[in-house]
Formats: sequence, structure tokens, C-alpha cells
Amino acid sequence: MTKMLNLKLKVWRQDGPDDAGHFEDYSTTVADDASFLEMLDYVNEQLIADNREPIAFDHDCREGICGSCGLMINGQAHGPQKGTATCQLHMRKFNDGDHITIEPWRAAAFPIIKDLAVNRAAFDRIIESGGYITVNTGAAQDANETPVPKEAADAAMDAAACIGCGACVAACPNSAANLFTSAKIQHLNLLPQGQAERFGRTKAMVETMEDYFGSCTNYGECQEACPKEISVDFIAMMNRDYAKSMIVNRRRLGERKVG
Amino acid sequence: MALELDAKVPPGPIADKWDNHKFDLKLVNPNNRRKFTVLVVGTGLAGASAAASLGELGYNVKVFTYHDSPRRAHSIAAQGGINAAKNYRNDGDSVYRLFYDTIKGGDYRSREANVYRLAQVSGNIIDQCAAQGVPFAREYGGLLDNRSFGGAQVSRTFYARGQTGQQLLLGAYQALARQIQAGTVELYNRMEMQDVVVADGRAQGITCRDLLSGEIVSFAGHAVLLCTGGYGNVYFLSTNAKACNVTATWRAHRQGAAFANPCFTQIHPTCIPPADEFQSKLTLMSESLRNDGRIWVPTEFDEQRAPGDIPESERDYYLERKYPSFGNLVPRDVASRNSKTVVDEGRGVGPLKNGVYLDFSDAIERFGAETIKARYGNLFDMYERITGEDPYKVPMRIYPATHYTMGGLWVDYNLMTTIPGLFALGEANFSDHGANRLGASALMQGLADGYFVAPATVPGYLAGLLGTPVMDTSDPAFTQTVAESQSRIDRLVGIQGTRSPDHYHRELGKLVWDYCGMSRNRTGLEKALAEIPALREEFWSDVRVLGNPGGFNQSLEKALRVSDFMEMAELKVADALQREESCGGHFREEHQTADGEAQRDDEHFAFVGAWEWGGPDVQHDAVLNKEPLEFENVQLTQRSYK
Repeated sequence: MTKMLNLKLKVWRQDGPDDAGHFEDYSTTVADDASFLEMLDYVNEQLIADNREPIAFDHDCREGICGSCGLMINGQAHGPQKGTATCQLHMRKFNDGDHITIEPWRAAAFPIIKDLAVNRAAFDRIIESGGYITVNTGAAQDANETPVPKEAADAAMDAAACIGCGACVAACPNSAANLFTSAKIQHLNLLPQGQAERFGRTKAMVETMEDYFGSCTNYGECQEACPKEISVDFIAMMNRDYAKSMIVNRRRLGERKVG
Repeated sequence: MALELDAKVPPGPIADKWDNHKFDLKLVNPNNRRKFTVLVVGTGLAGASAAASLGELGYNVKVFTYHDSPRRAHSIAAQGGINAAKNYRNDGDSVYRLFYDTIKGGDYRSREANVYRLAQVSGNIIDQCAAQGVPFAREYGGLLDNRSFGGAQVSRTFYARGQTGQQLLLGAYQALARQIQAGTVELYNRMEMQDVVVADGRAQGITCRDLLSGEIVSFAGHAVLLCTGGYGNVYFLSTNAKACNVTATWRAHRQGAAFANPCFTQIHPTCIPPADEFQSKLTLMSESLRNDGRIWVPTEFDEQRAPGDIPESERDYYLERKYPSFGNLVPRDVASRNSKTVVDEGRGVGPLKNGVYLDFSDAIERFGAETIKARYGNLFDMYERITGEDPYKVPMRIYPATHYTMGGLWVDYNLMTTIPGLFALGEANFSDHGANRLGASALMQGLADGYFVAPATVPGYLAGLLGTPVMDTSDPAFTQTVAESQSRIDRLVGIQGTRSPDHYHRELGKLVWDYCGMSRNRTGLEKALAEIPALREEFWSDVRVLGNPGGFNQSLEKALRVSDFMEMAELKVADALQREESCGGHFREEHQTADGEAQRDDEHFAFVGAWEWGGPDVQHDAVLNKEPLEFENVQLTQRSYK
């Protein structure tokens, strides 16, 4: 049966990228079967009724797949429930009288746009630098011409499940994006279709990543925060491929002087 | 003024039309392609695949999304799979059979030639996606796996776990990223289209609101592709993502593009019912659950007992009772309507009496909990996360929800709207699904349009513009459209009323759901036609939009979207009123057989209803144009699932 929860919220408000920002306190009462974002919707409706500007936050599908939402809830990326994005977190995970602190992702590479919304464009830059297989539309052969071992397809899918939310970066003490980057690299590197560009892709994406994000020192917080529970093993695989790319990078063969 | 609806269907046998047409289309020399600018609005399956493919060809492409990244588009949420006539199962599938199933599933309200082409390119889509590295499910031999889906007797659905939409979209997004890197495509994120600029009888560009700065900006192009999805959020509660909206297609409609069959909406039978008044959206549970779950409600009204305490004799397995041969596997529209009937009778279950049971206890007894877990584990987990109830122990509660819209902008065989140079792809157009879409066909259509159809037909249009530069955005055609977009914003912000945009969206959604939802009748539709304009007027005098319009302002974004839904809803209801028949997702209570099934009227309603904008008094000003549907290759039959 539905229970009502009285909550004290402490929410980060920041008027724009250049504003210093501050916490504001709100009290609200919501049903425990509401989702976390529905709780924020309700707070926003209350704010509008009081003629106060609602809290800005990114969200869209509310099914845990688009990766738009992402809040630091009591210091945990996406909150207390493991393997769950903010939008799929429900208020029954909280208790009557709880104090909840809500912050945006905090990372230099994710500048704050307003309140709880951040700019994650750096992720797109990493993908653009090599997160694809080069195949023009119409150039493909019959799909069954290239068998993919089931184990490889399954492992690639485990990596490809990444929703690009940025929780891994937010949870990392170094704001590193190694889990995100490795998930895409290994999704493609594990498949036969991805072999031709394997080392060039790895080098380009790792180096683009380093332009924006901090360095990985194996804390493993990213794996704990990931709503899709993507394994840090992919980081190890990426590091292996990156090291290899220094010696076997076929793209660099052309740079050698002849004679 | 009546529109001329020339579908431009090529002559010849249906199997040859597309090949012949591609040969007849004009081409653009590779050296000339970069002289053409194509604007692509939306980055879902249709938009991302079209932008990437046109970029590969060498056109100068600009792509727009209101999201922070192209990868967030709502195609990402599709679960089940994508159909293709590969016949890898050796079970008798063919292009013709996929064509036939799609026409029949759409209850004979789609255009034959478009649907045939969709089936023809379906196999190429799978090839393309596999080559891109989409991690489709595989068998142990390494070849592609298939699953079965509703409305077909062959196994032709390809899938990537329960995240097929995500993986296909990421494939298209990555192809797009490659073109962005190559410099053929320019990405504009957090940029929401506000209007189409039409001058000299053709589309010349768009205006957008930069969601970060609040500025209205203009972009000129030789062609504009709207890949902006459907209008399901007109109901407020739907399975669509929160930001999905009708603005792009509705603004195009106001500029002269015909809007076709707006009354056709798909209501998916297996969603989680709303829990309380905070409910912000509905979550779909894959229809595959109906393979093993049994749907029932108590025979007694106002039943107070827990489901486990209700004896067999006091349960009504109403689908099995009414449709003995198909039982729980009747098509989506039939299952949805029957749930509504029992809930309306007062036999609904759950705290709000707004659902029906989907019970797995028999299946668990027969196959064991482990087998059921292997089949549906992730869905059961999602259900528990949302409802707090364990479906291994208590029956799930489900209820239908709006899921997909078959109607959309009218397009010809080239996917061009009634505005020359303005194209509509994917869910944004009306062409392929008739009055009801089959499962796993939305992904197929989005990618068919984007990878294979538009890259052939758009150049056919562009070729005629060789040597014509894009219009200067300082031209009055642009500055005037910018001024109109700006004044709409100023007006909304200036109202300073008492209720939030969401309040009005909910009110509108409730009206449309009650009177133009799963079943419709003249009295209800007329009531809605009286109430929608009144609500719209109240919205325009009482909405409260706070914050700075010259910056990131989500209230203003919502208010702009709701203002377009307020008009579109009226057209949708008017369309439902004129269509005096029942077909697919459109059930008019006046038109049913003696045993309560949908009664089509092919003699009078085998047409596409393409509405022309006439003015702000939508129901009186809009003009209905009819494109007759001719069936040369399939025999029209009445569907029966008894």
C-alpha cells in the first residue's frame, strides 16, 4: 500500500555556467510509489505554484535507457539502488523523514548548464574520434557471411549496453572516463567486423579521452555506479589494446621512411 | 482550396517499382553534391541514418537535435526487435509475405507501393547494421538468431537482448559520428526546431530555438528532412519519452504540409498502469509476456480479495473466453480494447482499479520459475523496480497505454510532403503502417527511410536545384519566421498566469484519452471538440512560464510543445469523427459487428485522410483531402481472431 513520505531536500541551484551556485532547502511530501524524478516534478509544480523558478534537470525516456538523467543523490551517482539509473529509482527506497542531497554530476569535463543539468558533449567527441566501424550505407555483404561466435557477440553486447549517462565520470575521484571509453572500444574490438580499425580506433579514442578527462587509477567506483553494471574488465582490455597500438598500429606503417 | 495529392507511385509490377524508380530518378554528380545543403531535423533511427548516409554521399548536411547528444533520441527505448524478410529460418518467409503481413496488420489503410519497398529493403538493413557492429543475438554457430512476433506466422525478428532499439540507434549514431568527424555533417545539439521556412513554393530552411541561449536562429538549405517522431504525447501519459512532441510536424502542417490520418494511434496492451497522480509516464512491458501470462479479472465487481485468494471459478479469463483460438495472443488493438471494457465495467484490479492481471502462476507451475526467469527475468526485475511487487509471487497488473502513432505528415512515394523540398521520414510520416503497426516494424521503417529511401529520393529532388544557392537567412522569408517564433515565446512568457504547462498538458491528455483513446463514439468526440478549444483558450490566458526566456528554460520548452499539442489534438479528434468506420487502432463504437469486433467500411473509407491547415479554428477551418487507396496485389479481408 502507498505510504506518504515527508522529505527534506537540499538541491543544488545554479543559474548558469558562470554562476557560483548554492544549495537550497525544500520540504515535500510524496507517495512512495512515485519515481525519484516524479518527486522532483512534484517539487517543481510546488515551486511554480509559489512563483519560484523550477529546478532544471535532464531526463527523457524515464525507462533507464536514454542516459539523459543523472543525479548525485546523497553523494552516490544515480542514488542508492545498484544497477539503476535515477529515473528508475523509486521513492520506496527512502524513508519518512529522510534528508536527501541532490547535486549535478561534478566533473571539469561536464560543465554545469543550469542547476542539475550538465554538458556531456565531451562523450560525443570521443565517439567521433573513432567509435564506429567504417562501412558506407549499401556496402555491406549479407549479414550471415560473417559468423560471430556467440561468446564474442554476448561480450560485445555487455559493453554496448552503456547508456552514456556519465555516472562513471561523476563517481570517479579523478573524473576519468575510462569505463565509458573502454565500453565502446571493446564493443567494437571484440567483433570480427571491428578488427580492421582496432588499433587506430583505440589510440584515437584513448587520446581524445585524455584531452578532456582525468586519468584512471583503478578505484573501480565507476563499475559500482554504472546503471548497466558494465565491468572494469573492459578498461583492462582497452589498456592492452592501447599498448599494442603503439607497436602494431597499421595506420602508422605509412609514416615509415622508405629505403 | 483542395490539395493535389499525387502519390507519384511508379508504374509497373509492384516488385519492380522501386528499382525502376531509382533508375528514373535524377542523379547528382559526386563533384556537385557538396554544393547542396540538406537540413535533417531529429537524430533517431530515421534522422541519424539519413544524415549519415547523405553525408557519406558527399552532401553538405546539418543535423539538429534538442537533446544533449544524438544518441538520446527515443528510438533508443525500443525493446523487442526489427523485422526483415531474410528467411534465414527456412519457414517460408519472403519479401511478399512481409509486405502482405504489414498491409493486413495495418487493416488495409496503407499504401501498397510504399509497404512493398519497405519489405524489399528490410534485408539490407540487417546487413548494414551487422556490418556496423550491432551486437545482434547469435546462435552457437555464430549466425543470426530470430524470434517470433505478433501478427506473423514466420520467425523474422532480429534482436539484441531487450535493447534492440538502443543498439540500432547507436549504430546509426556512430555512422553519424563518423561523418561529423569527416566534416560532411555538422551537428547542432540542444537546438529545437520552431518552424519551416517556405518561400517561392518550396522549403528553404528552418528556424530553431537554441535551448542554451534562448536565441531563435535560422538555417537555410536546399531540402529539409523531418525525422521528428510521432505525436503520442498528446495523451500526456504514454510510453513516449517526456520530450517527444509534435511541434516540428505541426509547424510544417501550418506552413502547408498535409497531416494524414491523425486519428490512428497504437495503444499497446501491456504497460504498467498509473500508480498515483504524480505519474509522469507509462512503462511498456514487452508483448512477449503474453506468450506465457494469462490475462484475467475477477468476475465480481469491486472485488476486495488479494488475487491469490480468488478461486478459479471467480476469475474471468476474458480473452480466452471470447477468442478461444487466439486467446491471450490476439493482436494489440483487440487486447487493449478488451482490457478497457472490463475496467470500465468496474472489474479493474489494483489500488486504483485501473488494471487487469497478467498471471504467470500456471506457467511457473508448468515450466518452473527458472525457465520463466530465463525468458522474462529482466522484465520481471523492471516490473518489481517500478511497482515494488514480485511478479513471481503475485500477478502483474497491466493496462494499455499509447505507444506509437501511425498517422503523420502525408508523403508521396519519395517521402516528400505536400511542400516541395520538405520530406518526412520514420514515425513522422504516415505511409507504411496503415491503421495499426505490427510489432518490430517501427525500427524497420525508420532505418529503411533513412538508410535506403531518402538517400535515393532526396537527390532526385536536389538535382533540379543545381546552380541555385540557398536562400540568404537575412531574406524577409526568414526574418519574418524568426519574428513569429519570437513573438510566440514573448506571448507565452507574458501571460504570467496561474497554472504550469504540465497542468495543461495533463488536462489535454485526459480529454484526448477519455474521448479519443481506445474506443471512440460520436458523442464523446463532439464533447472533446467542444472542450479542446476552451482548454486551449484557457492555456493561452492562464499558463505560467517562469524563468528567463533568453536562456536554458525547460518550462518554456514545455509550454511551446503543449501549445502545439493543443491544436493538433483538435485535428486528431476531428479526424476520428469523420472516419465513420472501425479499423486497426481506430475503434468507433457505432461501427462494430454483432459480437463486438471492428467493422471496416472499405467502400467509403479506403482512403488516406490528409488534412490541410485552414486556420486557428482547427475543426472548422481544416480541409480534408482524400487519397484513395488502391489494392492491386492483396485481397481485402475482415480480420478475425476467434
